[in-house]
Amino acid sequence: MAPSSDPRPARTAAPAPGDGTGAVASAADLAVVGAGPAGLAAAVTAADLGLRVTLLDAGDRPGGQYYRHPAPELGAERPEALHHGWAAFASRARRLRDHERAGRIRHLAGHHVWTVVRKDEDAAGEWHLHALAGPEEQAVTVRARAVLLATGAYERQLPFPGWTLPGVVGAGGAQAMLKAGLVLPGRRVVVAGSGPLLLAVAGSLAAAGAAVPAVVEAASYTGYAGRLPALLRNPAKLAEGAVYGGALVRHGIRLLTRHAVVEAHGTDRVEAATVARLDRDWRPVPGTARRIPCDALAVGHGLVPQLELATGLGCATRTTADGTAALVLDEQQRTSVTGIWSAGETGGIGGAQLALAEGELAARSIAGRPLPAELVRRRSRLRAFADAMGAAHRPGTGWTGWLSDDTDVCRCEEVPAGLIREAVADLGATDARTVKLLTRAGMGWCQGRMCGQAVAALAGCAPGPDRRPLSCPVPLKVLAELPADGGTAP
Amino acid sequence: MPNRHSPDVVIIGAGVVGAACAYYAARAGLSVTVVDRGPVAGGTTGAGEGNLLVSDKEAGPELDLALLSTRLWRELATELPPETEYEPKGGLVVAPDETTLKALRTFAEGQRAAGVDAREIAPDDLPALEPHLAAGFAGGFHYPQDAQVQPAQAAARLLHASGAATRLGEEVTALLTGPDGTVRGVRTTRGEIAARAVVNAAGTWGGRIAELAGVRLPVLPRRGFVLVTEPLPRLVRHKVYAADYIADVASDSAALQSSAVVEGTPGGPVLIGATRERVGFDRSLSTEALRRLAGQAAALFPVLGEVRALRTYHGFRPYLPDHLPAVGPDPRAPGLFHACGHEGAGIGLAPATGLLLADVLTGARPALDLAPFRPERFGDGTTSHAANGAGA
Ligand SMILES: Cc1cc2nc3c(=O)[nH]c(=O)nc-3n(C[C@H](O)[C@H](O)[C@H](O)COP(=O)(O)OP(=O)(O)OC[C@H]3O[C@@H](n4cnc5c(N)ncnc54)[C@H](O)[C@@H]3O)c2cc1C
Ligand SMILES: Cc1cc2nc3c(=O)[nH]c(=O)nc-3n(C[C@H](O)[C@H](O)[C@H](O)COP(=O)(O)OP(=O)(O)OC[C@H]3O[C@@H](n4cnc5c(N)ncnc54)[C@H](O)[C@@H]3O)c2cc1C
Repeated sequence: MAPSSDPRPARTAAPAPGDGTGAVASAADLAVVGAGPAGLAAAVTAADLGLRVTLLDAGDRPGGQYYRHPAPELGAERPEALHHGWAAFASRARRLRDHERAGRIRHLAGHHVWTVVRKDEDAAGEWHLHALAGPEEQAVTVRARAVLLATGAYERQLPFPGWTLPGVVGAGGAQAMLKAGLVLPGRRVVVAGSGPLLLAVAGSLAAAGAAVPAVVEAASYTGYAGRLPALLRNPAKLAEGAVYGGALVRHGIRLLTRHAVVEAHGTDRVEAATVARLDRDWRPVPGTARRIPCDALAVGHGLVPQLELATGLGCATRTTADGTAALVLDEQQRTSVTGIWSAGETGGIGGAQLALAEGELAARSIAGRPLPAELVRRRSRLRAFADAMGAAHRPGTGWTGWLSDDTDVCRCEEVPAGLIREAVADLGATDARTVKLLTRAGMGWCQGRMCGQAVAALAGCAPGPDRRPLSCPVPLKVLAELPADGGTAP
Repeated sequence: MPNRHSPDVVIIGAGVVGAACAYYAARAGLSVTVVDRGPVAGGTTGAGEGNLLVSDKEAGPELDLALLSTRLWRELATELPPETEYEPKGGLVVAPDETTLKALRTFAEGQRAAGVDAREIAPDDLPALEPHLAAGFAGGFHYPQDAQVQPAQAAARLLHASGAATRLGEEVTALLTGPDGTVRGVRTTRGEIAARAVVNAAGTWGGRIAELAGVRLPVLPRRGFVLVTEPLPRLVRHKVYAADYIADVASDSAALQSSAVVEGTPGGPVLIGATRERVGFDRSLSTEALRRLAGQAAALFPVLGEVRALRTYHGFRPYLPDHLPAVGPDPRAPGLFHACGHEGAGIGLAPATGLLLADVLTGARPALDLAPFRPERFGDGTTSHAANGAGA
């Protein structure tokens, strides 16, 4: 049978691509995805060096996860009180505004890039960044000759019985809430998980008036002892640690190392947490459990690089010291794909200072300028330090021991640990992808951002890099109205 | 050399085809070991959809295989656990205009003669079957035999039910041969497994296994993308697609073609798939494929335009030049049997393939004539199209 007719085109109401924010504008020299410390530093540096830059970020304001702003209507006097190094941000934000006014940077806030694709027809090599703009989810396409991915990271969550109770929040999320809205998750907040962020969060919560009965840290800080050289080369980090440590002492906060919250209790809301000692592999030690009353629980196990745009382009990844997947980058911040650079957490979790340094280095590389030796040294110092911390806080293999079979691991699809264990033991699921196919774990709204690390651990494999060809949900009408191949609008 | 611990059969590939071969071989009394370099369903089976279609197949050997499978899937549904998600929901093929409808009528006529239940639906009766279908179609055909399974579950449950020994994460790197050159087992990255017979169920990679035996089987990849929406209440009741899909399946063109099959799943998301193009193993996202899938889905069901796609995935269908699988013994390499090259229909055709292969392995008379599926039909040199005239 011959193809006798084409299906009629969809009848939809979305504006044609080309409307709005300049889908038909000429290609920028550089598109930067992410306006956190890395992307912001890169964008202003590149514009300083004469490049025409388009900066896209899903958020409404620049600053990313670190430099968060209280909503203007809150009338906060000094947002910088909750930040180290606010000045570093403020100066770059100023440069961003200047470049915007001068037309060197086009800043597209509230633009979520859902995919980046190469356009092969163009011999010079051009990239198309497809984004959804604003709450109306307008389709926008940005063209650029080079792309910098500075998409940052999201929090690593390791589930435990009771973690879905109201009042249980992410540790970074609690910090973000505090910075953005100046609100506390509760009055009596247990902070738990692993990583240096916990100390910062506990300090901020206490400073804002919450009682913090304990910081429950799964690793042992003596893990740092062997890495002392890296610490000593990072006086700023030591000072930061002293500040956090000082804050804990000042507020009378107990630090329990080699402990974890193994269960949260409560009916409508968390009322208490059970805390237990861990062995070297993070297995709870029987007979060590005790209860701590609380009305909120802030839990986080470090961060996971957000890589889906990069893996969608085929960028190579590696497993880092903290057990997460990050991009392989050379000393010029280039990914394995020609024309794609990356900076910040995507290359391995390392903090805001490192992100700023890498952003600047990437911009110089893209502009074809030499890299300042001092900045290069700074980057390797900060990287070494990040690796040392990552290794110390890498989750042990025994943590799955605190998951009961009926604990939901995937919250979106409500998949309990027992179902995942069955898929692994009886059905031949030896990796996270097959677990997903057999149990639906990771198929819901968050596309495995929340449960991916846990599912991999239950499957007994290293967590793979993010793979989400669509970085966020995309309305079908937006897809249907993409320009047809060949570049002409339908 | 085989010893008393050696299985009768080693099956290479733990996709749905390998799993079905294991199931029927074990049921026929053979001892079976299944080897896969990855997990269960880690190949194309985990990257496909679960359509069990007779509606898209022209009368001929593939349709005969599909009809046999339709019967077997119905039996399996009572033997496998409910997680397999077997759903005999039926298919609905719609024609955008009179010309297509006429062609569809002729097509259905041939299918009916082969045993397919195909019922013409007048335009006014389409909304009763699919309330959200766009207005303006010239008519359509309802195929009650079309059904659906969850492919990864189907493979995993078939394999589990077979009781076969499974060796996962183990790649076959060579075939063992006896003094007379007959195939007598496999060498893997972890050792040797001797067996009386070796089954090539390596799907899209089946050509490489054939090479290991020194024979040619030109299996090639044909890429397909699928779009998955957010979970929705039940909007789509059947497998619904526009008639030009049938032409796509038989097409020899290498360019991108698509015609979305739209269907609901028990979990709530609607699946829209799939495109067909020959681009080797290229894994990069094709926004053109997404554009076409989304456009066609919204043309069939306008409400879908407002819905979000949560994810997309792709896979590489194993296809042979005449669009028929290779099923049966390879006379060029005694001891080697093939069960691969099912293109876009491997989930549907798996049980029939497994049953026929078990027949051959035990020396029973196969329920269907295997001649159209002979693995040696492409010869050892340049591509030669089989003369059986079948296409779909
Ligand atoms: C929840 C949370 C809380 C944190 N709290 C602290 C803290 O208190 N103290 C501390 O020292 N460190 C904290 N960190 C770590 C710190 O934020 C990072 O080290 C730093 O921000 C890294 O900078 P970056 O530029 O690499 O990424 P980010 O700051 O994460 O910036 C990435 C940006 O990319 C954007 N983006 C991502 N994907 C897309 C896309 N597809 N399309 C468009 N935009 C996109 C995001 O909206 C974001 O603005 C926290 C991290 C998180 C996740
Ligand atoms: C997008 C898309 C949609 C589809 N939709 C449908 C549909 O709706 N209905 C339908 O019936 N079909 C559909 N198909 C086709 C169907 O998925 C395939 O025909 C079927 O999965 C093939 O199964 P298989 O077992 O032959 O191959 P596979 O599932 O690929 O299994 C082969 C296995 O062999 C293993 N292997 C390969 N080489 C070696 C080696 N050297 N050593 C060890 N192991 C090895 C692989 O790891 C793999 O697991 C679709 C396909 C795609 C891509």
